[in-house]
Amino acid sequence: MYRRHTFFRGLWRHAIMLVFLVFALFPILWVISASFNPANTLVGQSLIPRNASLANYIEVFTSEQYPIALWIKNSVVIGLITSTLVVVMTSLAAYAFSRFRFKGRREGLFASLLVQVFPQMLAAVSIYLLILSIGKLIPSLGINTHAGLIMIYLGGAMGVNAWLMKGYFDTIPTSLEESAMIDGASPFQAYYMIILPLARPILAVIFLLQFIGTYSEFILASVLISSSDKYTLAVGLQLFIQDQYASRWGVFAAASVLGALPIVLLFMFLQKYLVSGLTSGAVKG
Amino acid sequence: MGKIIKGAFLGIVNVVFIWIALYLLGAEAYLVFVLLLLGALLTNVIFLLPRAYPYRYLLPAAFFMVLLVVYPIVYTVYISITNYGTGNILNKEQVVAQFESKYTLEPNSDSFAFQTYRDPQGDLWFLFTDSLGGQLVGHDGELTHLREDDPLLRQLAGYTELSRVDLVRATNELSSQSFAYDDTHELRMRNINAFNLYLQQYSYDRERDVLLEVQTGIVYTPEDGYFRAPDGTHLTPGFRAVVGFGNFRRLFGNPQITGPFVSVFIWTIQWALLSVGTTFVVGLFLAILLNDPYLRLRKVYRSLLILPYAIPAFISALIWRGLFNTDLGIINQILQATIGSSVPWLQDPFWAKVALIILNLWLGFPYMMIICLGALQSISAEMYEAAVVDGATAWQQFRHITLPLLMVSVAPLLISSFSFNFNNFSVIYLLTRGRPPIVGAQTPAGHTDILISYTYRLAFESGRGIDYGLASAVTLVIFLITGAITFFNFRFTGALEDVNKNV
Repeated sequence: MYRRHTFFRGLWRHAIMLVFLVFALFPILWVISASFNPANTLVGQSLIPRNASLANYIEVFTSEQYPIALWIKNSVVIGLITSTLVVVMTSLAAYAFSRFRFKGRREGLFASLLVQVFPQMLAAVSIYLLILSIGKLIPSLGINTHAGLIMIYLGGAMGVNAWLMKGYFDTIPTSLEESAMIDGASPFQAYYMIILPLARPILAVIFLLQFIGTYSEFILASVLISSSDKYTLAVGLQLFIQDQYASRWGVFAAASVLGALPIVLLFMFLQKYLVSGLTSGAVKG
Repeated sequence: MGKIIKGAFLGIVNVVFIWIALYLLGAEAYLVFVLLLLGALLTNVIFLLPRAYPYRYLLPAAFFMVLLVVYPIVYTVYISITNYGTGNILNKEQVVAQFESKYTLEPNSDSFAFQTYRDPQGDLWFLFTDSLGGQLVGHDGELTHLREDDPLLRQLAGYTELSRVDLVRATNELSSQSFAYDDTHELRMRNINAFNLYLQQYSYDRERDVLLEVQTGIVYTPEDGYFRAPDGTHLTPGFRAVVGFGNFRRLFGNPQITGPFVSVFIWTIQWALLSVGTTFVVGLFLAILLNDPYLRLRKVYRSLLILPYAIPAFISALIWRGLFNTDLGIINQILQATIGSSVPWLQDPFWAKVALIILNLWLGFPYMMIICLGALQSISAEMYEAAVVDGATAWQQFRHITLPLLMVSVAPLLISSFSFNFNNFSVIYLLTRGRPPIVGAQTPAGHTDILISYTYRLAFESGRGIDYGLASAVTLVIFLITGAITFFNFRFTGALEDVNKNV
């Protein structure tokens, strides 16, 4: 259906591309420009800032009232721990679903899918009360702790993740494991030394999607976390900007650039894995 | 070696179980205690029985899922049949205790002059004198009638007496003191000079389960979460009670709640359809252009166009809220400069919806572009060659080859995308918060609220009080709808047959 272009045909294609590039990139460029604009307001901003300075970035790192850099760190740490644990947990479960036949296997797969449909954030009241009572027993897992928050995310992470991973494991031929087991490997060793290395692409996809999802989650985090030094970026940034676009735009822009950076980098890094994951049904959270 | 590790692990787990169990028994949480026992039993069986081997792999994931998703779901179902919310937050015992602690000044009651002492521990002692000269000592909520030359008097003389200035300073401490005088009266501070008898307003009759107003003799019976008098009036606060399908009846039968609910529902569907439609059309269009091997710079275009997708959505939404700012935002500045008028983006119901669609298009078209590119590459070129031989136009090729073949692999993803946007809370909440509000709605509903943001505001943000009961009912409606879509989708793709086949 594609033919070599004449000059004119080529030109209008590039014109269309240009229109969409402007649409896609303008907001990004505008925010980057605002982050270097010392005026810190929406008023009178131009695409190439006059008197460009790093003042907004310095504010992000030094403000005591709004420790934005700390929020970014909190988000990254929570995201990394959650995603790592999720990959471990779901790969174990997916291995069982893919390689073993046992009672309740079908029901378990169904349940994990059905449960995923339930919006966990709407159960925030009961989750709050639950964490409150867990906290009475084990204070380090209670309200206003990162560990408590991570625990909540672990609960909501099964479902589609386990499903996707099981689908991938199913495509790995069992002959390798079988020969390993003849040589005396236990099923756990087969999982650890054969399946996991072969399944690296799907592990990367689940890790990335989980990291982005955790990084962006703000409802449960805002219900659970109450002190400013423990906020995640998604909670803190929202409270920081509220309706104060006229007076905090510059610092907000700097925070946005810094806050988006970890995800954009991770995204670029794992992009080739991601595309295959998306085509098999994952949706970014 | 493996055996030792297993034994040690199981030992630690069981110690933790016992520790939690003891705590639960102490807190008298018997239901949770029984559940814990079952869980402990199950864990031990799974690790000791060779036949239960596969379940070991499921245990960690299942544990967190049951604790933090399944349990909250069950709890939500329970809340949906109660009246839990502002005005009905406490349980019945707590409300009864609250009513029983209400006292009113007994009319024409005797005044008690008082002197106040502080003992070496810092506790307060009171010496009351009634109008006839009778004396009582009050300490720690209890009164003692004094006889002549009571040893208590000498004891008091050893403590420090508070001066008037001290009394004024300690007003708060004093006014929180109360002493039971008889079954229905309490002695409380009336002012800096005197304590008076206060009459208990309500007394609770445990056997008949009614609340009695002491002065008037009116009997209040508990019904639907309130103590109600025979004339139909009720006392506030009410208590938490099971009201059956009351919340669902309100949702579908009360015009002031049903009206906004229906309009929120309709917009939710429109929103999800428009979101999928716009992102898919733009994504597919770009994918077709980018799939052209003769297009120069296609790799560059592709990586730049994906960028919006790589930025976390909450940051993008907050940024766009700045761009859409009516007075100062760049979009209105550009409109002002080019066509000479600006648009009330976030104030007008229609334009707020347009703003949301534009934002979601920006967020979502790269995803559609990626999946369409993937799908296009799997369509073989021979099809098109054959079509060209038969003289098909470009449009006919698209209509009869590209689209049908593309749909095979993309349609399930469109359905997931539909249910994702159906519940796309963060975009709505961060850009418009559901505003502008619907005028005359009894619940906090806005023109751009979708079901999930509406529910969130019902439960957490209503200025007129929160309504967990109704919010939970709506949550279940959302659960049913998205559950049905997902089920349909899996039927459609045959994923469920896959499950059946493998068993």
